[in-house]
Amino acid sequence: MFESLSDRFEGIFGRLRGRGRLGEAEVDETLREIRVALLEADVNFRVVRGLVGRIRQRCIGLELSKSLTPAQQVIKIVNEELIGVLGGEPLKITYASRPPTVVLLAGLQGAGKTTVAAKLGRWFRQQGRNPLLIGADLQRPAAVDQLRILGQQAGVPVFSEPTDPVAVARAGRAEAERVGRDVVIVDTAGRLTVDDDLMDEVRRISEAVQPTYTFLVLDAMIGQESVAVAEAFHAILELDGVILSKLDGDARGGAALSVKEVLGRPVAFASIGEKLEDFDTFHPDRMASRILGMGDVLTLIEKAESAYDAEVAEKAAAALQEGRFTLEDFLEQMQQIKKMGPLQGIMSMLPGMPKELRNAKIDDAELGRVEAIIRSMTPGERRDPDVINGSRRARIATGSGTSSSEVNALLKQFRELQRQMQAMGLMGAPRRKSNNKKAKRGGRVTPAGTRR
Amino acid sequence: MTLVVVVVLLAAFVLVVAGTVLIRSRVGTDLEPPAPSRARGATLLPPPEAPPDTQVHPPVAPVEAEGLADSAVTEAEVIEPLPGEPAVVIEPVPPLKPSIRDRLGRARSLLAGYVGSVLSRSSIDDEAWEELEEALIRADVGVGTTGQLLDALHQRVKAESLETPAQLVAGLKAQIKADLAGADRSLALRADTTNVWLFVGVNGVGKTTTIGKVALARRSEGNDVVLAAADTFRAAAAEQLEQWARRVGVDLVRGAEGGDPGSVVFDAVQRAASRGAQLVLADTAGRLHTKVNLMEELKKVRRVAERPPGAVTEVLLVIDATTGQNGLTQAREFAQAVGVTGVVLTKLDGTSKGGIVLAIEADLGVPVKLVGVGETADDLLSFDPEEFVDGLFE
Repeated sequence: MFESLSDRFEGIFGRLRGRGRLGEAEVDETLREIRVALLEADVNFRVVRGLVGRIRQRCIGLELSKSLTPAQQVIKIVNEELIGVLGGEPLKITYASRPPTVVLLAGLQGAGKTTVAAKLGRWFRQQGRNPLLIGADLQRPAAVDQLRILGQQAGVPVFSEPTDPVAVARAGRAEAERVGRDVVIVDTAGRLTVDDDLMDEVRRISEAVQPTYTFLVLDAMIGQESVAVAEAFHAILELDGVILSKLDGDARGGAALSVKEVLGRPVAFASIGEKLEDFDTFHPDRMASRILGMGDVLTLIEKAESAYDAEVAEKAAAALQEGRFTLEDFLEQMQQIKKMGPLQGIMSMLPGMPKELRNAKIDDAELGRVEAIIRSMTPGERRDPDVINGSRRARIATGSGTSSSEVNALLKQFRELQRQMQAMGLMGAPRRKSNNKKAKRGGRVTPAGTRR
Repeated sequence: MTLVVVVVLLAAFVLVVAGTVLIRSRVGTDLEPPAPSRARGATLLPPPEAPPDTQVHPPVAPVEAEGLADSAVTEAEVIEPLPGEPAVVIEPVPPLKPSIRDRLGRARSLLAGYVGSVLSRSSIDDEAWEELEEALIRADVGVGTTGQLLDALHQRVKAESLETPAQLVAGLKAQIKADLAGADRSLALRADTTNVWLFVGVNGVGKTTTIGKVALARRSEGNDVVLAAADTFRAAAAEQLEQWARRVGVDLVRGAEGGDPGSVVFDAVQRAASRGAQLVLADTAGRLHTKVNLMEELKKVRRVAERPPGAVTEVLLVIDATTGQNGLTQAREFAQAVGVTGVVLTKLDGTSKGGIVLAIEADLGVPVKLVGVGETADDLLSFDPEEFVDGLFE
């Protein structure tokens, strides 16, 4: 077991130390995982294929990073690519030179159009405008009632009449002009893209009101059909953007990426709750990391790259160079590592981790135990663990609330670690070797003041 | 060098800690008790009594204690169909048998594509497998389930010496149908009690519309049905259900907007029991399963609905067919919270295939019982696995 751990260790270090370029094998392996992650995030199949192909081109032959493992490097590039697709020019509302500015909302049933309409009403009011809401959903029972109530909450008047959707929209726009409302938001009925009659109806609504902006309201949990739906609406209405709803759930929201990639239209707004104020502009970087679903790794990469605490790392580097890396140093580094987030997440992302470890339930309570053990040691014991005999071991075990065998395990692992680092050349030859019999009786290994 | 050291230390650290842990577990200190195994097809039971009520969304009067003795019976409104209003004419209605294929003709033919290309291949080659994979993933079956299905199909190809793409597709269909066979898809209706069928799910999936359809279907089977407008949160939700009640010709019990949803169900059960109606269909507010307080509220609604003379005989999770992989999470979370007895898959008349239900059935053992195929009252079908699988591949 421990032999194989050492082998793994060697593998990791080997990869890190090796200079050179990102190899195909590593890139492909990581990209396989990424492909799965994106599909599980509901990114459209074809979009995933294109994206992964593009990223692969970027990765192969790239120079190996000094601070990141190959897998982490690939993930970083993927994240950048996703942000690139999702970002770009944010949609800025430019008001019509001749008011009113008309905003038309369309989408499938249940996407959240009515709620979004009211939210937009509130949002425009906050921008200092005088919006009017038009209830052109005459299909769903009590849809107009719902809009009226929400409109009241938002402080925005609602116009509707029980005629037909096209007529309502037209009349509503005329009403807005008549009373001087400078923004009009048209809520429409949900409709299926395969319903020719209803798709034609929304086209006629659009012709009747001449929208300045047409937004597709899309539920964040929509699956593979997001592209087909967006394309169908786009063909009829020429969309200016997408509004993503129900983002306060845990759906990864791959639709955002799919639609942006295929249509090139931005995600204009994000609806993040049922209350009217739960409405925000869209953040591409947050969305990218949500879709990729590798938040822990991205954080890791970020921290590794910004040299979490250069001084502390320098200390460790210096210590290693002098052939010294004690439990004391380990304890110090541990404080830094604790800042880096849940151990489970970090662990699963270190490449070359044997499956047993990857799947083992190791939580941060374990850190606590290891820390407790080390803290229960005297500084002398930390500097030279060889002095730890049976009675010391028992004392440490009691002091830390662990067991003698755990203490032993830690020491054994640590010794192995030191040996490996030396063998790798990451740690220089030690200045002094502690073979001294005196140590076994608990005396000082090296006379005070002589150790650098 | 510095940054290399950082990552090295991390790796080292983790290995040391991990090694220590593994030794400990070898030596046999406390291991976690194994998770209770879940028999396939069993309904997940709700966990034991949840902690006291947490506050629910907008300004609501502090949730009443559960002794609803002098409760809202007086406050509840009962909406009966107005005399003279055209009630739906109930003729002896044939059972829900029109085939899914009939209703979905348009959507399905658009999708003959993926599997069509597999079938046109001359042999079972790599491309054929890739195209099958694509067909399944695009149907929202999901990567995991697709992998399992194709693995099993590989076995089948060997075992049965399948040679042509047509056989391959047929083999896959047969497999999925076999996976779906054997589940109990009937709707529970006990004769000795006031049945409550609770409709739950996230926002916008079609709970209210489904209740309207189920009410009509049940009425035509001769059941006496009462609707409970227990979505007290969403603006005009009760009005929406009210219109359905009128359309279908059934009673509705509602409460004040912002009121306690549990008490609406309670009142509906009282009303149903008092006149011998067998069935209460309870609408609930759409809620994201990630909202802890809303899930607690739902647990409470279920508890209240269980009080005699009521008995919750179905908890139907409504899932939108357009939903991607989040559908499985929804099912898992709702099942954990209130115990789901069946799924209603809605909006299957669109282009989405609803493949996520395969994972829901396989992973959670929750059967799909009903399918929604439109916005009118009779757009409801029983779930037929044969029809569904054929539809997946047309």
